[in-house]
Amino acid sequence: MTAQMMTGNLAAAWGARLADVDYVPAFPITPQTEIVETLSKWCGTGELNARFVTLDSEHSMMTAAGAAAATGARVFTATSSQGLLHALEVLYTVAGWRAPLVLVNVSRALASPITLEPDHNDVLAARDSGFVQVHAETCQEVVDSILMAYRIAEDPLVCLPVVVNLDGFVLSFTREPVWLPEAQAVRAFLPPFRPTHLGFKASTPQALGTAVLGGSTYSYFRHQIHLASVNALQVHEQAAAEFERCFGRRYDVVEGYRIEDAEDILVMSNAFASKGKAAVDAAREQGRRVGLLRLRMIRPWPADAVRRALRGRRAVAVLDQNLSPGQGGILYQEIAACLYHDVARPRALCSFIGGLGGKNISEAEFHAVFEQTAEAGIQGQGGGPVLLYTEAEYREMEQLQFLAHDLKTGR
Amino acid sequence: MAWEYRIFKDLHQIPREEHVFPGTPLCAGCGGLESLRLAAKVLGNHVVYVNAAGCFTNLASFPFTPLDASWLYTTMGSAPAGAQGVRDALDVLIAKGRLPQDEDVKVVVLGGDGSTYDMALSSTSGAITRRLDFYYFCYDNEAYGNTGVQLSPATPYGARTATSPCAVRNPVGAVQEKKDIFEIWRAHRPPYLATVSPRFPLDLEEKFARAAAYRGPKLFLGFAACPTGWLFDPAYTPDVARLAVECGMWPLKEAIDGNVVHTYLPKLSPIEDYLKLQGRFRHLFEPTVQKDALAHIQATVKAYWDRVQQGDSV
Repeated sequence: MTAQMMTGNLAAAWGARLADVDYVPAFPITPQTEIVETLSKWCGTGELNARFVTLDSEHSMMTAAGAAAATGARVFTATSSQGLLHALEVLYTVAGWRAPLVLVNVSRALASPITLEPDHNDVLAARDSGFVQVHAETCQEVVDSILMAYRIAEDPLVCLPVVVNLDGFVLSFTREPVWLPEAQAVRAFLPPFRPTHLGFKASTPQALGTAVLGGSTYSYFRHQIHLASVNALQVHEQAAAEFERCFGRRYDVVEGYRIEDAEDILVMSNAFASKGKAAVDAAREQGRRVGLLRLRMIRPWPADAVRRALRGRRAVAVLDQNLSPGQGGILYQEIAACLYHDVARPRALCSFIGGLGGKNISEAEFHAVFEQTAEAGIQGQGGGPVLLYTEAEYREMEQLQFLAHDLKTGR
Repeated sequence: MAWEYRIFKDLHQIPREEHVFPGTPLCAGCGGLESLRLAAKVLGNHVVYVNAAGCFTNLASFPFTPLDASWLYTTMGSAPAGAQGVRDALDVLIAKGRLPQDEDVKVVVLGGDGSTYDMALSSTSGAITRRLDFYYFCYDNEAYGNTGVQLSPATPYGARTATSPCAVRNPVGAVQEKKDIFEIWRAHRPPYLATVSPRFPLDLEEKFARAAAYRGPKLFLGFAACPTGWLFDPAYTPDVARLAVECGMWPLKEAIDGNVVHTYLPKLSPIEDYLKLQGRFRHLFEPTVQKDALAHIQATVKAYWDRVQQGDSV
């Protein structure tokens, strides 16, 4: 078997095809379009035996996806950014239906100002919806994660939708070598979807999504979603072991890169983690004992795995490719919370914000991150959030502001 | 050519079987529920109701449902898309041999006017354009009823709601004209489209029975007299529903492939007979009679029926 060069978007489409999905409700949005275009083509040729329907919005698309999954079909859909937020109401709704579909989100920063390139405020806005979240670093991981996602979603212990995230442009439009699993091997890993508890049949009417009054009923059902999501940690472990047995590749809820002997650790997620790994290599050559922890599963939150990886370190830097205005990095908060009760927690926890709207993170910026983090570890005092932004970028910004305003107004 | 009953010619032909059972949490005298009850007699129980947020969302309140059919609550803005997902999944599962044909169900959207006239319009337009094989039943009580009766795009001129009060600066109440959702739907050329009133049960049953012959979108706009929102005693629901038709404000009609036929020619009794029954129009009569407003309403109704007489589509 040889690798094929393909984009992250094509890899996502292959994930759906290999999962032998029944139904693809779609709505186009940059940078996701190649996924739905490809699936539309395959549904047309019959290479994928599924129904492809273009809906009138992402809100409708997610509703149709959830309704079809609740009827008993295996469903795949994909969106990005504004589309994900347009569907946000429905994300909560279909999670409440316990509809085990798989959604791919191609991350793109949110308006306004409107832009196209990636950061993770879109997918993290869906963080509390009840969807399981898996964030991919490579095109290979995209296709593999989708196959694992169906196993997790459809497991009776979980019965929740899963969102697989990949970065727009950086992954969606970048070709990498991808080893596609054999369809027959996939069938062994991912059995056909034959739910007995789902569906609207003439002989057995059932009501789904009914109103509840009084907080106790609501609390019960929402907590059931929480417990099911937590179950996804153990189900992921089984799926990962089985995936490795079938295909020889291993994915855990977090990935440690050169962390065994690391004093300081940089935490990242998604495709920019590849830049982070290169920066770790460069820093190691300069004698810094640093490593990188990549968060792969964001929901359920892999608190134990994060603690195991970070306890006893001198300092930890969390590089959030997102920004919660008025607070800072979203994942920084989550990491701080899960380390609080650990007696061996790092001496310092630093927060960095980088890569917003796809802004590059240069070697120099990574160098500064490692330097400041080491210093924070020595001092025993973390800090942040610090926005990664170079002087050159700032000068360029001043030029743009000059063109936008000062040149016209003469001020 | 006068419209004729082909299937339901006599009240005794209406099926005795009930599929909407008593004991719902809806208000006493709900005209929308009466239409649903009659519709379900023709639709049967091999149905999944796909519901949008509104009064009817209360029908299925855990752990109860008054229906012997399936139910899926979606959102306020996307019930037709939910119908799309269910219909498509049923088709795929049947085609792939995973669901026996005799387990198939009809897919029926249940939405109020608040959802139907505005928020779900994109979703409905998409479903009709895609020729989705489904029923759409809108129970139109001319306001956001479930939230306490606020102005909706279905609220008629002169009606008082919680957000279109009769006030010194605006004595009329609602100053908008009721949005013509029938024409908006009809512009999509669905195979079947009709208005119904529960006080014309044969007309209603006939329309649901006729619609069954058509594959694709089958849309119904149901008059839903609302004692709670329109401020009248629940005992008068039948009178209000009857007078709305007889005064000409609620035309009974159907459109097959876009061709409109009026299924009942009303007496065109004075609109005051209808308006005076309802507290939401009381400010048009007391403390002073708002003659201009009443004349405007009557003129609008007359203009409509003049166009019908002249053979215009509406």
